[in-house]
Amino acid sequence: MRATVLVRPKEGILDPQGQAVEQSLRKLGFDVAHARVGRVVDVEVDASSTDEARQRVDEMCRQLLANPLIESYEVEVHE
Amino acid sequence: MNPRVAVIQFPGSNDDRDALWALKALGAEATLVWHAESELPARTGAVVLPGGFSYGDYLRCGAIARFAPVMDAVTRFAAEGGFVLGICNGFQILCEAGLLPGVLRPNASLSFICRDVALRVERSDTPFTSRCEPGQRLVIPIKHHDGAWFAPSELHAELESRGKILLRYEDNPNGAVGAVAAVTNEAGNVMGLMPHPEHAVDPLLGSGDGALILASLLDGVRERSASVALA
Repeated sequence: MRATVLVRPKEGILDPQGQAVEQSLRKLGFDVAHARVGRVVDVEVDASSTDEARQRVDEMCRQLLANPLIESYEVEVHE
Repeated sequence: MNPRVAVIQFPGSNDDRDALWALKALGAEATLVWHAESELPARTGAVVLPGGFSYGDYLRCGAIARFAPVMDAVTRFAAEGGFVLGICNGFQILCEAGLLPGVLRPNASLSFICRDVALRVERSDTPFTSRCEPGQRLVIPIKHHDGAWFAPSELHAELESRGKILLRYEDNPNGAVGAVAAVTNEAGNVMGLMPHPEHAVDPLLGSGDGALILASLLDGVRERSASVALA
């Protein structure tokens, strides 16, 4: 089963990368605000149900893929 | 007997030899230990995790290095009260491994900063700062992109009240919470710092202040092995 993990800087955590991207987008003439930069991790996981896959990927996030002090994450499991 | 210090060499470490040189210059019997080793050398009195870009800093700085085989041995060593010093990338690794509180984030300026900085010693009753005076001003270089120490406000407040902040920047160069440059663990035998004491052990190179940190550590090892021998 394929799963996608979205890791983001937590709300309220300074994201200088997001700020730099936002400033650059403004220089290009785009009217944007609150740009945040995170990362995407795609994994194939061996699981018999989406619930099981979600649980397993959640555990991966807590142990490695995200640092809970500064990052939040979302898991999307593809059927 | 000279204190034996293991300097861990990860793929991507680049201050390992500087640390080795500085420790030897201060009288240590320092040896490089490859990351794939599962044990530390016999009689190891202290472990130094050096600066660099271990495992390419993939995912987050220090996030992959904590899975190196040698880190199990380092974790056991720390649990038994052994002294562990993490410098720069070593600090990041110790935070990711859960041996130190907090995490290192990208500098607020997003710039790589490489220059001497002034630090204030917050405590001198520790194995890492015993040769300093409380309030003493040290000049030691930093060179990092991800050096802004961060902890949520409750955790930061708790660490402050428990005296776990050992060094603080005079003019916060990287946006660290509380201008924290060095933090220690609850037991006080593990410290991480972003500045590089191994690059400041000779006034000829701008400052000898880093030698105070490393020599404090070696004193700590000597004292600890003497008390273990007496016990």
